[in-house]
Amino acid sequence: MFRNQYDTDVTTWSPAGRLFQVEYAMEAMKQGSAAIGLRSKTHVVLGCVNKANSELSSHQKKIFKVDDHIGLAIAGLTADGRVLSRYMRNECINYNFTYESPLPVGRLVVQLADKAQVCTQRSWKRPYGVGLLVAGLDESGAHLYYNCPSGNYFEYQAFAIGSRSQAAKTYLERRFENFTDSSRDDLVKDAITAIRETLQGETLKSSICTIAVVGVGEPFHILDQGTVQQIIDTFEIAAEQEGPAAEPDAATGRDTAAEQGTAADQGGSTDEGVAPMDI
Amino acid sequence: MTKQQANWSPYDNNGGSCVAIAGADYCVIAADTRMSTGYNILTREYSKICKLADKCVMASSGFQADVKALQKQLAARHLIYQHQHNKQMSCPAMAQLLSNTLYYKRFFPYYSFNVLGGLDNEGKGCVFTYDAVGSYEKVGYSSQGSGSTLITPFLDNQLKSPSPLLLSVQDAVTPLVEAEAIDLVKTVFASASERDIYTGDKIEIVVVNATGIRREYMELRKD
Repeated sequence: MFRNQYDTDVTTWSPAGRLFQVEYAMEAMKQGSAAIGLRSKTHVVLGCVNKANSELSSHQKKIFKVDDHIGLAIAGLTADGRVLSRYMRNECINYNFTYESPLPVGRLVVQLADKAQVCTQRSWKRPYGVGLLVAGLDESGAHLYYNCPSGNYFEYQAFAIGSRSQAAKTYLERRFENFTDSSRDDLVKDAITAIRETLQGETLKSSICTIAVVGVGEPFHILDQGTVQQIIDTFEIAAEQEGPAAEPDAATGRDTAAEQGTAADQGGSTDEGVAPMDI
Repeated sequence: MTKQQANWSPYDNNGGSCVAIAGADYCVIAADTRMSTGYNILTREYSKICKLADKCVMASSGFQADVKALQKQLAARHLIYQHQHNKQMSCPAMAQLLSNTLYYKRFFPYYSFNVLGGLDNEGKGCVFTYDAVGSYEKVGYSSQGSGSTLITPFLDNQLKSPSPLLLSVQDAVTPLVEAEAIDLVKTVFASASERDIYTGDKIEIVVVNATGIRREYMELRKD
């Protein structure tokens, strides 16, 4: 990606018909640490790799509960993600207030995409620098959507975004045909394995990953660290040791710089007792 | 030239009575289940009680359409609170929210007479009583609605110390145990339904304590 004279404004087309600012926003998303999602007929699982600015700070919150039946994982500018998740929560509350029923996921992602599109067509705005994996359940079943800064959205069986997500995508591509009929627990195991792929050699511990589940009869919630560690332990014992793969990307250095994490976002200690909404 | 009178009112009174009694580690909230309009009964099985938070329950009599709207407002605001604070609202917090919500419509009020009951952050029972525009007070017991004029004097007699010198107003918690409070509530409604035409059919009794929230019912006169 090289600088040129058509990339200053989001409202300027390049001669080749591209909006460079939007593409640069997608680049910002690729700098964030990985987030993955996969779904079966009845459940959707989201997972993400936690990045902390330093050993002293807490890790950024990348998974947000939007409503009992919808949650999302983000990659990129976490501040943008936070703002969008607040918008989504509001939309769900308002819809529920008017119609006494949960907002269908498909409707929500369209609203989100339209909101992102607006930022690609106003000279005084900039595109959101965050990719969202929206997981939700509605009358038509379990859904996983990917919303990008361009204002496009796609439905997926499984997907990964953020840095080193290609490794996870390769793993998911191999296995996705089985996901539709997977059990909830197998889905969670696959999610953790996909996350492990993005770590490329780093030890997988529950402290560096977060998993959330939503499904039929199971409102969206984030699994607590203890449960995740148990699952990691069960298959670390069973699986053979994975040799350290390629040396860490140059991408690692850019990860932490690009993300804007704040402890204030978390509203207190991340390990506070069983809180109803998040963590 | 006589003053012009309204030929339509946005309000209606659906009648009914509510009571709440706070104890050291519990709170009892009760309301009858009759919904009326004028001299007619609309239904014998309408719940006037709404759970607003884990340890916070509200009973409201008055115009049930306004009551329903108020309950929905509070539920939505509670969701937002949970998103922002990662926890449930405490009963005193909800009490203030209810007061603000009611006063917000000071010039087109919710025709809703509320009693809020639950446990505070320390697990002590608390009851808050309101007027239609949000004036509220923490008390040990309260009653609202069509039967309140019959119920309150009886509760005063049973629960209130004859002199504020003996039991200060600050100690707004009754000395009763849970079972006694429930019994008192049943007695009080049985008496009220004798003389108040709008109170009757069934009482819904909700008890909030450390183990959670439970519900029971008692039959009343159907006339």
